[in-house]
Amino acid sequence: MSMQTRPEGRGHLGSLGKIAGFLAIGIFMTVDVVRWPQDSMVARLVSYRKILELLGQHLYIVGISSALAILTAVPAGILLTRPRLKSWAARVVSLVNIGQTVPSLAIIALSVGLLGIGARTAIIAMWIYSLLPILHNTLVGIQDVDPAIIEAANGMGMKPAHVLMKVEVPLALAMILAGIRTAVTINIGSAILAAFVGGGGLGNLIIAGNNISRMQVLVLGAALPVLMALSADALFEMIEQRTRI
Amino acid sequence: MIKFECVSKRYPNEPVDAVDRLSLHIRAGEICMLVGPSGCGKTTTMKMVNKLIEPTSGTIHIDGRDSRAIDTIELRLNIGYIIQEIGLFPHMTVAENIATVPVELGWTKARISARIDELLELVDLDPRIYRQKKPRELSGGQKQRVGVARALAADPRIMLMDEPFGALDPITRAKMQDEFLKIQEKIRKTIVFVTHDIEEAMKMGDRIAVLKAGRMVQLGTPMEILAHPADPFVSELIGGRQALKMMNLIFCDRLMHEVVAVDRGQSVEGARRLIAESGAGRLVLSSGGVHERFYVDAQTLAQTHDFNAAIRPIARALRLRASAQDALSEMLRTGERFLFVEDDSHEVKGVVDLEDLFRQVSEHEHADQA
Repeated sequence: MSMQTRPEGRGHLGSLGKIAGFLAIGIFMTVDVVRWPQDSMVARLVSYRKILELLGQHLYIVGISSALAILTAVPAGILLTRPRLKSWAARVVSLVNIGQTVPSLAIIALSVGLLGIGARTAIIAMWIYSLLPILHNTLVGIQDVDPAIIEAANGMGMKPAHVLMKVEVPLALAMILAGIRTAVTINIGSAILAAFVGGGGLGNLIIAGNNISRMQVLVLGAALPVLMALSADALFEMIEQRTRI
Repeated sequence: MIKFECVSKRYPNEPVDAVDRLSLHIRAGEICMLVGPSGCGKTTTMKMVNKLIEPTSGTIHIDGRDSRAIDTIELRLNIGYIIQEIGLFPHMTVAENIATVPVELGWTKARISARIDELLELVDLDPRIYRQKKPRELSGGQKQRVGVARALAADPRIMLMDEPFGALDPITRAKMQDEFLKIQEKIRKTIVFVTHDIEEAMKMGDRIAVLKAGRMVQLGTPMEILAHPADPFVSELIGGRQALKMMNLIFCDRLMHEVVAVDRGQSVEGARRLIAESGAGRLVLSSGGVHERFYVDAQTLAQTHDFNAAIRPIARALRLRASAQDALSEMLRTGERFLFVEDDSHEVKGVVDLEDLFRQVSEHEHADQA
């Protein structure tokens, strides 16, 4: 008799509480800067509209690049666990690994050379950059499914596609989600760099704050992505708890 | 019915065959145990039935058809498959686990749902409680019951069982074995059962195939194997004390001889005559049918004129399904040379003598050596 009673509600509430807290801090900081700017320079630079616009750009870059990464890396990871492509898995992972060792700034700079400036460049660079954690976790997650369970599924006569979709992927889901969580969190941070290639986002605040040497703007530009990353992390924590087996 | 004809399997990069020219005919409705030490090829043999492993040579016929000619998925959907408890899908509920094969077969929701309830009841789990549970919420024995239910879902004719009770504690294992035998009496499946435990093989098997290094060294009923082990390997596997083990396979319902009922008002002469005529033995039960738990002691009866003086109470009785070993143990414990046998409603059905035990066991020991 296993009595594994999990405090079902509390986990979700905790994550929701965190997200609400981060949101409150972000709103408080924004209001503080807009209502009580250091001086007229800051006042001219910062407005609610401006911050919302940058926030929107930031979310857009992160959202599109992460979605692209999920839509490519998860299927690729699954394919690399199939018998026919299994032998390629190690090679592909090390290739993507090498990509990951290049600093994200360098990847963005290189992308500019190929694609010019703009949000698109940033998105593509970040997409490539966030492939690895998702690909790696998808691969490992599926490889780690107990072979006895897969054999049971096959032995009972489940079609191979059903074994994959009803058994292997659900059992690897926690691992895959953890990879996506890592990728998204990293992307929120890296999206700051989009500002350097004219892609917009909250990085603009940091650059502007630096240019005019105003600490208030600089801190806000740094704090908002951090709060966004922490919120995303809490959100994934909630999803993971909900999908736990 | 499963028929192996000269089936061999060699794994790549192995110097010897894992299964070596195996010919074995498993009859419809029997439990055939594959028993032997690790690496003897028993699991390989079993997995060749549902084509999880392809034989290198030889043919396997399933209900008269060459298994190579049967579509793999179709074949597997018609064979129940039970492995140790880890085979349950941990992310699915009990109901979803059981529904696996019916879903693959495209049954309607209503039919699947009804079948789940029916199966849970068969394996003695209350559907209202267990349908929605996850495997992690179940005990080892309960998981195994769900495993049995899942394998039976589409009512396959053949079942493959790979050490199904191996991970259970001894008490739960014995209970599961008994329950499974009870279920098998109802469902009469053709079962291939892999185990390394010879005791389990003796208890569960209609017939036992003993495997060693890929070869079948003996095939026979548990009694045959105990009485005439084919070679030193089989003797060693059985592990001595054969006569005692044979006593586990003989049951009181076969051992006992009948009792005759007399009433209390019987005359001494009449009682003596009854004993002599029935020829059954020296004991008769007294009055009011067999429910009344007294017997007449024949020795006393021979010496007395008072019928009542020969009446003795029956203190303890064995059940019909008690083994000869249980009977012997009870005799040794109580010092009695005979014991009565009763059915589930405590009605006395017969009597077992110490001599019967001797006779039965030695009969099997010296049975047709040819």
